[in-house]
Amino acid sequence: MFRFILSRLLQAIPVLLVVITATFFLVRAAPGGPFSAEKAVPPEIIKALEARYHLDQPMWQQYFGYLNDLVHGEFGPSFRYPGRTVNELIAGGLPITAELALYAMLVAIIIGVCAGVFAALKPNTPQDYIPMSAAMLGICMPSFLMGPLLVLVFGIWFEWVPVSGWGDLPGDKILPAITLGSGYAAFLARLSRGGMLEVMSQDYIRTARAKGLPEWVVVLKHGLRGGLIPVIAFLGPAFAGLLSGSFVVETIFQIPGLGRFYVQAAFNRDYTMILGTTVFFATLIVLFNLLSDIIAVWINPKLRHQLREGS
Amino acid sequence: MFKAKQPEPVLTDPLVQAVKGTSLWQDAWIRLRKNTFALCGLGVILFLCIIALLTPFIAPYGYEQQNLLLGAAPPSAEHWLGTDIFGRDMLTRIMYGSRVSLMVGFIATGVALLIGVLWGTIAGYAGGRVDAVMMRLVDILYALPFMIFIVLLMVVFGRNILLLFLAIGAVEWLTMARIVRGQVLSLRRQEFVEAAVSLGLSRWTIIRRHLIPNTLGPVIVYTTLTIPSVMLLEAFLSFLGLGIQPPQSSWGLLISYGVETMEEYPWLLLFPGLTLSITLFALNFLGDGLRDALDPRASKN
Repeated sequence: MFRFILSRLLQAIPVLLVVITATFFLVRAAPGGPFSAEKAVPPEIIKALEARYHLDQPMWQQYFGYLNDLVHGEFGPSFRYPGRTVNELIAGGLPITAELALYAMLVAIIIGVCAGVFAALKPNTPQDYIPMSAAMLGICMPSFLMGPLLVLVFGIWFEWVPVSGWGDLPGDKILPAITLGSGYAAFLARLSRGGMLEVMSQDYIRTARAKGLPEWVVVLKHGLRGGLIPVIAFLGPAFAGLLSGSFVVETIFQIPGLGRFYVQAAFNRDYTMILGTTVFFATLIVLFNLLSDIIAVWINPKLRHQLREGS
Repeated sequence: MFKAKQPEPVLTDPLVQAVKGTSLWQDAWIRLRKNTFALCGLGVILFLCIIALLTPFIAPYGYEQQNLLLGAAPPSAEHWLGTDIFGRDMLTRIMYGSRVSLMVGFIATGVALLIGVLWGTIAGYAGGRVDAVMMRLVDILYALPFMIFIVLLMVVFGRNILLLFLAIGAVEWLTMARIVRGQVLSLRRQEFVEAAVSLGLSRWTIIRRHLIPNTLGPVIVYTTLTIPSVMLLEAFLSFLGLGIQPPQSSWGLLISYGVETMEEYPWLLLFPGLTLSITLFALNFLGDGLRDALDPRASKN
C-alpha cells in the first residue's frame, strides 16, 4: 500500500511539471503583451513594468525563476490588480469555491446514490425507470441552462430564494449548490445503479439473505460496500468537473469565488493570474485524482490483493 | 433395410439459414430496431442534420434581418418561436446555430476519432516498449485538467473556430485510443491476423484491412457518446464568451443571450435551451441503444 501511494505520488510529479511548463509557455506565447492597453504608454514605463515583472530576462531565466517561486508557494503578482498577488486572490476565492463545491458534492452524493441504489433494487420496473429518466434529464441539461432556469422559476416567478449572491441573504446558497450538483447527481445515480446491479447478483449477497438478515442490512451493509466502488473512482474526475463547473455557476450567481476570478482573468488577459490559477487548479485536480485512486484501492479488497500480488 | 438418404436437415431449415446469413451489423440493426428510444434519437438527429444542411434555403427570415419596431415579441404565427430584442426571428437563429453546433460536434469528434483510432491501433499492434511509451503518454495527458487548458487556449490564441475544433478533438481522443488499443491487443493474437501475416501482407495493410474494421463496434458506440459531450463543451465555452463569437451563432451563444433577458423574455432562453437539451437527449439515447446493440456484454453493467 505504501509503495503504491509512493509510486502514484512520483507519477504525479511529471504530470505537474508538464502542466506548469505548458501553461507557462502558452501564456508567454500569447500575442499582445500583458500591458498592451488602449492608451499608449511611454516606453520608460513599459520598461519599468517589464523589469518589475522580470519580463526583460531571457525566457529560460523567467521559467526557472517561476518554478523557484512556485516551490516556495509564490504564484506571482497580478498584472491587472496592482499591488495584489495571485496568492491573495486565491486565498480570497478558494474558501468560497470550496464551500460551493462541498455543498454541490453533498447534493450529488445524497441524491445520486439514493436514486441509483433505489433504482437498482427493482430493475426494469417504474421504480427503476423514473429515477433513471430523471438522471438522463440531469445529464442532458447543462449547468448553464439548469442554473438560469432554476433562477427564473424559483427566484423570479415564485420568489422563494434570492437570485444571486453568496452568504448575503438566507437561502442564497441553495440554488448554486443544486445547479452545480445536479449533473453529478445524475452521473452518480447511473454509476451506483450499475454497481449495485452487479453486486446484488453476487453469491455473497445470496449468502447474506440465506442467513436470514433483513433486506435493509443486506443492501446497506453488504451491497453498498461493493456497489459504491465505481462511485468512489468517479469522485476524483468529478472534482475536476466541479472546478470547471464553478466557472459557470459562479458567473451566473455572481459568487466571488475562484471560478469567477478565473473567467474574469481570462477576459482581462491577466496573464499571471491565469498562469497562477491554472497551476493551482491543476495541482488540486492531480491531488484529488491521486486521493480517489488511493481510496479506491483501500476500500476494494480485490484491488488490494492484486497490488500485493504484483509487488 | 436402409431408409432413403435424407438431405441434411441443417441446410433445409429456413430458420437456420436465416441465422447463418446474419452479419454482426444486421444483428445489431435488428436489436437497435427494437429499441424505441434509440430509434427516436436517430430520427431526431437525422431531422436536425437535414434542417442544418438546408437552413440557407428554408430559413423563414434572413439571419441578420432585424425588425426594431417589433422588438422582442413572443411566439406568433409569423415568428413561430418569437423574436429577440432586435426583432430577429428566433427560429431562424436557432436553425443557423444548429449548423455551428452540429458542425463542432461532428468535426471535433472526427478529429478525436482519427487520432484515437490510429494511436490505439499502432500502440496495440506494435506492443512492447512502443506500446508502453505511447500509453504512458496517454496516462499523463489524462491527468491534465483539459477543461482549463481549453479555456487557456481560447484566451491566448483568440476565439478561433478552427482552434476550437482542434482543442476539443485533442482532448477527446484519449479514451478512444484506450478503447481501440484494448481491442487490438486481443485481436492481434487471433488466427486471422496470423493468417494475414503468413500471407505476407504489410503491417499497414493488416492494420487497415483486418484490425481497424474489427474495432468498429466499440468505436461507433463511443463516437456517438462523444458527440454530445463535445457539443456540450462548445456550448459551455460559448456561454462563457470564449467559444463561437458573434455574428456567428451557436446554441450556447443563444442561451447566454437568453439568460441576460430571461426575466422579461423567457422564450429567448427556453427555445435554444430546449433545442440543445433535446439534441443531447437524442444523441445519448442513440449511443446507449447502439451500445446495447453492438456490444451486449458492455451494456450489462
